[in-house]
Amino acid sequence: MGALPFIIFTAIFGVIGIVLPIVAPKGPNRGIVQCVLILTGATCWLFWLCCYMAQMNPLIGPKLHQNTILIMAREWGNQLPVNPEPHH
Amino acid sequence: MANKTQYRQIPTSESQIKKRAKMNPLFRSEEITLCQMFIQPEAAYTSVSELGETGAVQFRDLNTEVNAFQRKFVSEVRRCDEMQRKIRYVEAELKKDGVKIRDCQEVPRAPNPREIIDLEAKLEKTENEIMELSQNAINLKTNYLELIELRHVLKKTQGFFYDENVISTEAMRNNMTQEDATGQGANQGRGRLGFIAGTIQRERVPAFERMLWRISRGNVFLRQAEMDETLEDPETGNTLYKTVFVAFFQGEELKNRIKKVCTGFHASLYPCPSANDEREEMLKGVLTRLEDLNMVLNQTQDHRSRVLHNVSKELPRWSIMVKKMKAIYHTMNLFNMDVTKKCLIGECWVPVLDLHKVQKALSDGSAAVGSTIPSFLNVIETNETKPTFNRTNKFTRGFQNLIDAYGVASYQEVNPALYTIITFPFLFGIMFGDLGHGFIMFAFGFWMVSGERKLGAKKSNNEIWNIFFGGRYIILLMGIFSMYTGFTYNDVFSKSMNIFGSKWRINYNESTIMSNPLLQLDPSSNDLMEGEIYPWGLDPIWQLGTNKIIFLNSYKMKLSIIFGVVHMIFGVCMSTVNHNFFRRRVYILLEFLPQIIFLVLLFAYMVFMMFFKWVLYNPKAIPPHSPGCAPSVLIMFINMMLFKKSPPLHGCNEYMFTDQELLQKIFVFIGLLCIPWMLLGKPLYIMCTRKNNNKVHNGHNGDVNQAMEMTPETPEELAPAAHSESHGHEEEPLSEIFIHQAIHTIEYVLSTVSHTASYLRLWALSLAHAQLSEVLWNMVLALGLKSDDPIKGPIMITIMFAAWACFTLAILVMMEGLSAFLHTLRLHWVEFMSKFYEGLGYVFQPFSFKLILDETDE
Repeated sequence: MGALPFIIFTAIFGVIGIVLPIVAPKGPNRGIVQCVLILTGATCWLFWLCCYMAQMNPLIGPKLHQNTILIMAREWGNQLPVNPEPHH
Repeated sequence: MANKTQYRQIPTSESQIKKRAKMNPLFRSEEITLCQMFIQPEAAYTSVSELGETGAVQFRDLNTEVNAFQRKFVSEVRRCDEMQRKIRYVEAELKKDGVKIRDCQEVPRAPNPREIIDLEAKLEKTENEIMELSQNAINLKTNYLELIELRHVLKKTQGFFYDENVISTEAMRNNMTQEDATGQGANQGRGRLGFIAGTIQRERVPAFERMLWRISRGNVFLRQAEMDETLEDPETGNTLYKTVFVAFFQGEELKNRIKKVCTGFHASLYPCPSANDEREEMLKGVLTRLEDLNMVLNQTQDHRSRVLHNVSKELPRWSIMVKKMKAIYHTMNLFNMDVTKKCLIGECWVPVLDLHKVQKALSDGSAAVGSTIPSFLNVIETNETKPTFNRTNKFTRGFQNLIDAYGVASYQEVNPALYTIITFPFLFGIMFGDLGHGFIMFAFGFWMVSGERKLGAKKSNNEIWNIFFGGRYIILLMGIFSMYTGFTYNDVFSKSMNIFGSKWRINYNESTIMSNPLLQLDPSSNDLMEGEIYPWGLDPIWQLGTNKIIFLNSYKMKLSIIFGVVHMIFGVCMSTVNHNFFRRRVYILLEFLPQIIFLVLLFAYMVFMMFFKWVLYNPKAIPPHSPGCAPSVLIMFINMMLFKKSPPLHGCNEYMFTDQELLQKIFVFIGLLCIPWMLLGKPLYIMCTRKNNNKVHNGHNGDVNQAMEMTPETPEELAPAAHSESHGHEEEPLSEIFIHQAIHTIEYVLSTVSHTASYLRLWALSLAHAQLSEVLWNMVLALGLKSDDPIKGPIMITIMFAAWACFTLAILVMMEGLSAFLHTLRLHWVEFMSKFYEGLGYVFQPFSFKLILDETDE
């Protein structure tokens, strides 16, 4: 599962940063357009990657308020376990 | 410098120009050549006019030793000045009457020499006509003013004389005996009581009164009344306040004295008959004259405004034509006269791509006057530093200005503006990351860009608006990238969006939740869905967590360092392009290589460890790869530099992989080796080449100049000589080179540390922005949202929303945006550009009518 978003996003930014510059329209500003596209692809991909990898193996978990937890459980369709289950 | 004026064929072949045009126009400044043009004197004016329309050449002053007043075309410039003075006079008259000057639709060309005389005559005629009209108007108005004053005098004195009748009969009774003795009747006595009537400015009245008292020892009786109508001074147009007075006196001598005082006080005297009937008669006469005069005045005013309206249509055209003419003569003053006086010689910088345009302009100029001898253009070789010319369009101009504000690029060095187009808005976005604020900025930028033609046509004097409008494309891109980074930070006005579904689940049962006010989810348990990662951006749960700062700090700090190091490595790599282009390839080995090795082995290694740590340590793993064992990358880096160790926790490893310690030691060792390499490489190399030069190149001074051309055919061996020549290192003593290099090396080594740390501002500003936005929401808008009173609630939310929206715009978008902009600017100027940018050039300033007219408009 973890690889799929990686492939999708790498493909998207690959198209922006590699394919589009190749097919950029001819004209006096072609060089600028190419440079803009390559840099956009590269920077945005790296930015996405950092965010993705930072969450790949989180070392800590979020600390939440009682109310937040209850609202989350209700709003995000997260059924609370009915039976007391040994936790930790 | 014997072969300075060596002529070369102009490269005008189509393929050559096409090849040059294909190059990225912003990558480096354009190739410029020094040209000499020989123009026939009769064709000079039209040729220069054509060149001004083209705007492709920068002329050099060939008469620097000649005083500005002794140049050849001074009289023509004076004529232009005189015409401009007339235009200014007419403009002032138009302004006085409130006639609007319309901008002309099409910009006229500079007038032909023949048309100049016409233009001059027209201007002369217009000026005279307007001056005459003004003089006439003043005369008429003076007349009118006098009549009005007279009317007032006649009206006001009515009352005075009535009062006077009463007073003088009493006085008459008292003096009865005396007057009887002299044999005169009472009526005669009254008749001798003379008077003078007139008007005087109101502020002078008290002094006037006192003076009359003194000269007559109190024997003058003064009556006065303020005029309720305000009058207008015909000459200056100022308002006047006047007072009517009548002075009664006895005796001829006193009358003369009073008259003298009146002239002294600039009082105007009016004849005023003492008899009531006569006065009324006169008043009637005055009134009819006033009516007539009023009609005449209206007619002159109509005529004047008709004349001015006609002029206002023509005036902008004339003004532009005269400005162009003046610019042409100023330019022609820079030219040199040939010894035989048969042609004018000009020297100019021309971009190679525009040479054909210049040639066309010259031939057009000759054709316009039917000159039989064509003007011609020669390209000259030169050692001088050429001007920097980057051809920009409306999109790239803003970015180029950011770079030029730091320093104009040296001739043909790599231009950072090209990369700034994306890196600038992107680094800004890292600091300003908020989808909502980014959208506001984007909307503002989009509005300016989509209406740029309309907004640009309205010329504004508001400096702040002009700055915003000039940077509209920067603002647009900053908005777009802030939206991207904001989406990735999952931050919209400090709230998160749960688009892809949070990957965290609540597995606590109700009783646990009820008994604990705060609970932490555990990534090693089922709380985090197995193998699933929020695909784009931060998981929305972090926004709700009380410990989100800890997580965000770790993430954003790493992010800043990663982008900082990538940005700096990119900058250092740019220097190879310069070394390569300027034929000092040996410096790639002596400067670039140690620099990049130093940066990569120490700082890129740290970046690598960040990524490695993200992959290696896993909440579900057992020690040594459990979260508790994860070492701090920063501490590890410090230990690496200091060859220190910090003891690991029980069951953990100090290092992330085997042989890490050895590898780090090797890296540090090589990194340290790079320092003497940087320090000594270049000076030693220069020392060696100098020795060789002295031995081998003694008789070959001419070659040096040719090598300067940097054409591809230049043999490789000449390059070092060219370099040392172009930088004037030939004269620089070796000790100085060593000192320079030492400073340079220390600066670089220290800067890698300080610049890397400096990129942490990305994290700091981003954190500050997010926190400020959150505080604003909680302290302002939340107050409105939380009130549940059915009547007070809507009012509260309206007020609070207004306050929140104002603060969001003023503080979070404007102020924070400005601060993030300045920090981004600094990151580019200092951290990025210091790695490769010299910035010692000067701007190519073409002789262009368009630029001249734009300048004078402001």
